[in-house]
Amino acid sequence: MDVKKDKPLQMALVLEIRHLYKSFGNNHVLLDFNLEIKKGESVVVLGKSGSGKSVLIKCIIGLLKPDKGSIEMFGENIPDIKDEELDKIRAKVGFLFQSNALYDSMTVRENLEFPLRRHWIQVSQDEVNTMVKEALEDVGLAHTIDMMPAELSGGMRKRIALARTLILNPEIILYDEPTTGLDPITSKEIIGLMTEIQGKYNTTSLIISHDMNCVRMASNRIVILVDGKCYANGTYEQLKENMDPKVKQFFE
Amino acid sequence: MSIASNLKLFLNEAGDMSRFTGRFFIQCFKPRHEFAELLRQCFVIGYKSLPLVGLTAFIMGLVLTLQLRPSMVDYGVESQLPAIVAISIVREIGPVITALIFAGKIGSSIGAELGSMKVTEQIDAMEVSGTNPFKYLVVTRVLAATIMLPVLVTLGDAISLYGSWLGVNIRGNTSFNLFWTQVVDNLSFNDVLPAFIKSYFFGFAVAIIGCYKGYNSSKGTEGVGRSANSAVVISSVMIFIIDLLAVQVTDILGFN
Repeated sequence: MDVKKDKPLQMALVLEIRHLYKSFGNNHVLLDFNLEIKKGESVVVLGKSGSGKSVLIKCIIGLLKPDKGSIEMFGENIPDIKDEELDKIRAKVGFLFQSNALYDSMTVRENLEFPLRRHWIQVSQDEVNTMVKEALEDVGLAHTIDMMPAELSGGMRKRIALARTLILNPEIILYDEPTTGLDPITSKEIIGLMTEIQGKYNTTSLIISHDMNCVRMASNRIVILVDGKCYANGTYEQLKENMDPKVKQFFE
Repeated sequence: MSIASNLKLFLNEAGDMSRFTGRFFIQCFKPRHEFAELLRQCFVIGYKSLPLVGLTAFIMGLVLTLQLRPSMVDYGVESQLPAIVAISIVREIGPVITALIFAGKIGSSIGAELGSMKVTEQIDAMEVSGTNPFKYLVVTRVLAATIMLPVLVTLGDAISLYGSWLGVNIRGNTSFNLFWTQVVDNLSFNDVLPAFIKSYFFGFAVAIIGCYKGYNSSKGTEGVGRSANSAVVISSVMIFIIDLLAVQVTDILGFN
């Protein structure tokens, strides 16, 4: 189930963050944050609650504008591009929200069709039906297609949200705390699904988490975010051996 | 809190609200337009409000007639009852009561719906899915409410007058044709047009306040409840303020 640690990573950069700063008033959340992610990597950003992990991921997808710095994704600097260009980039990016963010007023089918229709992907209704069915089969919930999100359990909603991120065949998937609020068994299932998807679609993953099971099982590299900076960087095994107290606290 | 800090809060809120309204007008004219969602909202906001508006309007017409009747009899002008009721309903009571019912039903539902979408990151999810959430959620709802409230007011006025006809006939005996002839003969263009125009402003105010409160909802379920509540309270007060301004404007323009 674990992502292969020995996978060769001599590939093109998918995401490159340079000298990123973001503050909210006097609260300096990101201070000269740097990160590079290569194609096929599964990188976990690990940090305490309130350390700026979600702010980072929202800057990457363009939901927040950083104060300074660059975020290069697919050759474009996200903070500088126009809305139309940003939408084109977003069509290549999957985003799994911490709260799932399923549209309450829509059925599961409509939730999955929404990104397809809104990104103006030129596909027939038959193709849409096939894509929705395939995405639901990938997460093992084909039978829920006509159900409303309120009728589903927490784990099922997370799976549907994951299916929605997959519908556009994204090149990179951003996961914001994918196991928060789930019981240990469901968490394990979701992590398994994430690694399965990574292998099947050869996507790149950026995972924001403080769940050490998720970190251990889903990552082939970990970045520790402390005081708004990339404090440490390495594999799970390397960082586990690190004696720095700010790193060690995560592995105790 | 001191008066100064309350005033500061009020002015900040008024400033934010004005910016939000300005953003609505900018986004309203920018392509891509969300016609399908606008039509859906017209159905949800307009058609689905009709039973409630119709019921309250019918009762309002009936009760108003029954309440007015004794005084009209005392003054010996009972025959003028349909005319008086028609003018009261069309000029003032119909638009204001319908708008208040509309604020209770639509203002609160918009505030709660957008508030809940905000706190559960659905608005962010829309943006990530290549959708301008302001245009998709706010512009469509505000336009739908602005278009549909005058329609509801017109239908509500008509239903109210049917209620009034029933009220007239509980104690008296007035034929349907005579009742409607009196109504139509006594209503003028000056009664109908200002009332119809102010309904557009009522609809706009209810929806923009509901959207503003929902879209800027603070985190948590308490914030959603507060958004829905304040959307109804502020839009109800706003309806009376617009009504007051409308009466002044129609007076200046010679519509009275």
